[in-house]
Amino acid sequence: MLDGSKTETLLEVNNIEVIYNHVILVLKGVSLKVAKGGITALLGGNGAGKSTTLKAVSNLLHSERGEVTKGSIIYRGDHIAGLDPADMVKRGVIQVMEGRHCFEHLTVEENLMTGAYTRSDGRGAVAADLEKVYAYFPRLRERRTSQAGYTSGGEQQMVAIGRAMMAKPETILLDEPSMGLAPQLVEEIFGIVKSLNEQEGVSFLLAEQNTNVALRFAHYGYILESGRVVMDGPAAELRENPDVKEFYLGMSDEGRKSFRDVRSYRRRKRWLS
Amino acid sequence: MPEQFLFAMEVILNGLMAGVLYALVALGFVLIFKASGIFNYAQGVMALFAALTLVGIMDGQIPFSHIINAIFGTELHHFGWHVPALLAIILTAGVMVVFAWLVQRYIFRHLVNQEPIILFMATIGLAYFLEGVGDLMWGSDIKKLDVGLPQGINDWIDVTTFEAFGYGFFIDNLDISATIVAVFLVAALIMFSQYTKQGRALRAVADDHQAALSVGISLNFIWVLVWSIAGFVALVAGIMWGAKSGVQFSLSLIALKALPVLMLGGFTSIPGAIVGGLIIGVGEKLFEFLIGPMVGGATENWFAYVLALLFLVFRPQGLFGEKIIERV
Repeated sequence: MLDGSKTETLLEVNNIEVIYNHVILVLKGVSLKVAKGGITALLGGNGAGKSTTLKAVSNLLHSERGEVTKGSIIYRGDHIAGLDPADMVKRGVIQVMEGRHCFEHLTVEENLMTGAYTRSDGRGAVAADLEKVYAYFPRLRERRTSQAGYTSGGEQQMVAIGRAMMAKPETILLDEPSMGLAPQLVEEIFGIVKSLNEQEGVSFLLAEQNTNVALRFAHYGYILESGRVVMDGPAAELRENPDVKEFYLGMSDEGRKSFRDVRSYRRRKRWLS
Repeated sequence: MPEQFLFAMEVILNGLMAGVLYALVALGFVLIFKASGIFNYAQGVMALFAALTLVGIMDGQIPFSHIINAIFGTELHHFGWHVPALLAIILTAGVMVVFAWLVQRYIFRHLVNQEPIILFMATIGLAYFLEGVGDLMWGSDIKKLDVGLPQGINDWIDVTTFEAFGYGFFIDNLDISATIVAVFLVAALIMFSQYTKQGRALRAVADDHQAALSVGISLNFIWVLVWSIAGFVALVAGIMWGAKSGVQFSLSLIALKALPVLMLGGFTSIPGAIVGGLIIGVGEKLFEFLIGPMVGGATENWFAYVLALLFLVFRPQGLFGEKIIERV
């Protein structure tokens, strides 16, 4: 559906470095592009710098004592370093944080309504969007009056995505939506992400450890390893790449290998056993 | 015996009224603690400062006149006009909003993400600073505050209860109006936090700073808002205490009485602050009445703290401390 060369680039991250607490260098030159109307996946293991990249874009870094020290981030042609997260939301970029971060003591509906905080296009438009969110997540309508803290993990993830939708965003930075969810729910959430992308035209920058699922739904992928982009390409190509297959998807050309063939584990003699 | 019982009833009623004042001070603590996790030691001094400012504005006192006189050898003290109470209250509320903004801009903006103890230390500093500024601005003499609230014993209650029980209850008019004002204040606060967009944002910030930031809520604005509200609550508390016992610097010590109230009610609960205040108010009056004579009186000074200590041992989150939602 998306042709990388022709589509408009929404977000451009050029060679950024991020340092936490003035000492810890987390990103060592990350560059990426997010195409309008696409789902761009950011893949990699723990500590690769996926979340940090997203927070650098949404400018949530500052509240965690991190800062972008080199490089530039450009959204729709404007440099956006140094803007408040609130400015970013008004420009149409909103982040759904890792681990859901619902407002536990607010009801599901109140949670969704906080997403519309920066909007000024009137109650009618907000109410219409609330209906739309309920249409995408029928389960949230059933639970609209329960406190978000008491809903299930999957429902909280839906609340978090629905809350972001209430801001009427152009781009959603989605951090680890599969975290702690059953495979079936992961499919459901990704299915909704896909339909939001296709029907509402929302672009996604998606950070995900679950490479397999992410590459099935994304159009383009970047692979991060310890703060650097080590590989990028259209999702379909990445899926066929032998290295990606071996290191991230756990398969190789010979099919699934037994651990016995990969490495011999010898039981070491221990004291008294 | 019924005589004793009626007397105890009167003590309880008076205790409730006194409790309302404790609750008002505690309310200010809870608001700021809930929204920003800062335990604001300066809340009591804010009440004092608000009351001083109110009296100063009403009497047309010239701020900082002592310093000005000392430096320039002038003899300034009053503008020579009197400001009506309502207008003066509005102006003082304005001063408290400016104060909230200054505190946020020059203190807490620089302390984002610091340890709670550091924030607490900052508020201790703020308390002494504000006490000093209050002294410099308005002078340290005891002032009379009269915003036109009815004073003295309520005759109607006295007469009615005398006719009904043969024993007249002595209840101060001022306490009654304090109760009414407090009820309205709390109702307004609850309406605000439940049914307005900013109120919802306030609760969102209280739940999760990061997530609030991520949906575009400005923490700075919310914190200025909450300090302004706490300033206004301090003003109301200052008016009530000031009308009761004069505006003097010992007013800032009522903040200490709010601590046991908070331990009872829980640091994060608005209803807790109110119920805690009432329990302390009634408890200390009743204890003084029943047990006081046996131990030589003056139990009011320590009763609240001992009660708080018991709570710390047996129920540290207080009566209404925020339920920690834990999903299994």
